[in-house]
Amino acid sequence: MKLHEYQSKQIFSRYGIPIPKGRIATTAQEAAQIAEELGNRVVIKAQVLVGGRGKAGGIRLAKTPKEAAEMSTQILAMDIKGLPVRKVLVDEAAQIDNEIYLGITNDRAARKPVMMASAAGGVDIEEVARESPEKIVKIYIDPLLGLRDYQSWDIAAGIDLPREHWRAFGQIARGLWDAYVACDATLAEINPLVITADNRLLAVDGKMVIDDNALFRHPDLGEMRDLDVEAASEIEARKYGLSYIKLDGNIGCMVNGAGLAMTTMDIIKLFGGEPANFLDIGGGAGEDKVAAALRIILSDPNVKAVLLNVFGGITRGDEVARGILAALREVQTVVPMVIRLVGTNAEEGRQILADANMITANTLAEAAQKSIAAANA
Amino acid sequence: MSILVDKNTRLVVQGITGNEGLFHTHSMLAYGTNVVAGTRPGKGGEWVLDGKIPVFDSVKIAVEATEANTSIIFVPARNASDAILESADAGIKLIVCITEGVPVQDMMKVRNYLDQKLVRLVGPNCPGLLTPGAAKVGIIPGDIAIPGNIGVVSRSGTLTYEVLYALKLVGKGVSTCVGIGGDPINGTNFIDCLSLFEEDPHTEDVVLIGEIGGSDEEKAAEFISDRMTKRVVAFIAGQTAPPGKRMGHAGAIVEGGSGLAVDKINALQSAGVRVAKHPEQIPSLLT
Repeated sequence: MKLHEYQSKQIFSRYGIPIPKGRIATTAQEAAQIAEELGNRVVIKAQVLVGGRGKAGGIRLAKTPKEAAEMSTQILAMDIKGLPVRKVLVDEAAQIDNEIYLGITNDRAARKPVMMASAAGGVDIEEVARESPEKIVKIYIDPLLGLRDYQSWDIAAGIDLPREHWRAFGQIARGLWDAYVACDATLAEINPLVITADNRLLAVDGKMVIDDNALFRHPDLGEMRDLDVEAASEIEARKYGLSYIKLDGNIGCMVNGAGLAMTTMDIIKLFGGEPANFLDIGGGAGEDKVAAALRIILSDPNVKAVLLNVFGGITRGDEVARGILAALREVQTVVPMVIRLVGTNAEEGRQILADANMITANTLAEAAQKSIAAANA
Repeated sequence: MSILVDKNTRLVVQGITGNEGLFHTHSMLAYGTNVVAGTRPGKGGEWVLDGKIPVFDSVKIAVEATEANTSIIFVPARNASDAILESADAGIKLIVCITEGVPVQDMMKVRNYLDQKLVRLVGPNCPGLLTPGAAKVGIIPGDIAIPGNIGVVSRSGTLTYEVLYALKLVGKGVSTCVGIGGDPINGTNFIDCLSLFEEDPHTEDVVLIGEIGGSDEEKAAEFISDRMTKRVVAFIAGQTAPPGKRMGHAGAIVEGGSGLAVDKINALQSAGVRVAKHPEQIPSLLT
């Protein structure tokens, strides 16, 4: 789960990281009032969970409260890469001498958190990593020991940070580590961390991604979720414990298991069709779950056929078949359904469905081809 | 005949009194697995499954009483890392964690702790292990595989079942199937299993089932090319997955242009591995 810039910076601030003075505004009047209070030049920043805000015109410098109001009006009316701007952050503008990157993320291969820094801050760090990886300093952190001070000095030295800033930098690195641990983040980054004209370090922009699996111990962070970044159908799916991702094709997929769900999409594509979604109904396939899944798939008007692929283990084929029939009584549809049941009680399940005049298939390949034919009919 | 689990396995079930724990203990027993104990703090002294399996308060006590050497974990995600550490400290040598949804920072701590000990973890978020005809330590349906000489290692659950079933339909059997799980940080990886299969005299061929996310398949390809004498065939799921989206499994995500299915397929093919276009094709690559 991604946090907004203003949310991330508020968290950073709690862990002793200096951030610019500023507040969030939802109207131009509020923005003007904040600019008035700050009494200086301000930056108006669109709060949307997508990169490239600056290029899209979502970050503007305002010299007066009047300008702040005008720019906020424009930015609050924008859509950036399909996401509506509902809030702007009004921050005191910093006089910037230098821009640094500082971040912590999980390194899967090393199985440890890695702290990364670069003197080339302010730009997309993935681009720096691709084009000039030598400009990035990496320090692996033992998760059982945490960040040690000497590691901060190694990073400061590695990016040629002037020594006068080391003490402040050490505190910021420590604060970022503490925030990353306390929030169960998978990413915590300051980009840029600036050296101001009056020689202070300041976290001008911030970003955090929280581990969804850890939200059970962070109800406060869970409430910060921005629902705009997800399709309504994805939000609905989460309520039922379904994992759903909308795609652009016309064949809806309902599958048990994530790996098999991806494979079902792949095989549709392999035979020349286009999957409309990823959907993992998970273990067990009770009637209400199947019905919810079907409703969500059919809420996509592009769907011209549905492929249901269930490999019964613990989930029983006859139970799934009854679930489908019950779901279809509730969710009336003319969209053809192709059903493949394998494993525990599959034969009984297939019989139930054949009696109800549904298209059945034995193999994955056959199921894919039949659903493509049904979608094109 | 196998790797990791066999007739010598003496299994303790952590979380045996829960629905999942009870259900799967029953099915593992029915398969012939030597389940010797279960644990649930506060319920020590009770018996489950018609008095067949004793329940202990902790893994340590269970090991002292029953000489259990392997554990399987069915506790909720918030308790899973604790359960893994408990088994490791009780002297268990193979820990299988079925639980899905363990926070990744928990797993980093657990993994770095386990690396200092002589203990193997399989999972979390995995279907466990099956040595057909000998032992089932996990939730893989027992009747979809027959004994044989093909080793199977996979990041998935039901997709693995597809492959086992496709092999069974053409009469091909399996030495051991290991589900290593779909999380970004896990205990046992592809290389660990490939290496065990390479050393196992009864395994002749290996099937590797990977998916998008991370670079374990690429590392496996390197290992296969450098160290494996046995034939390996593969399938990689997620060619149509959009970037930046987590496809059900916590570890199945293409991030910053890395973890793509096409890169994994290319790496494996360069290592001489034949990669199936879909899972039902795998048996034909093993003839």
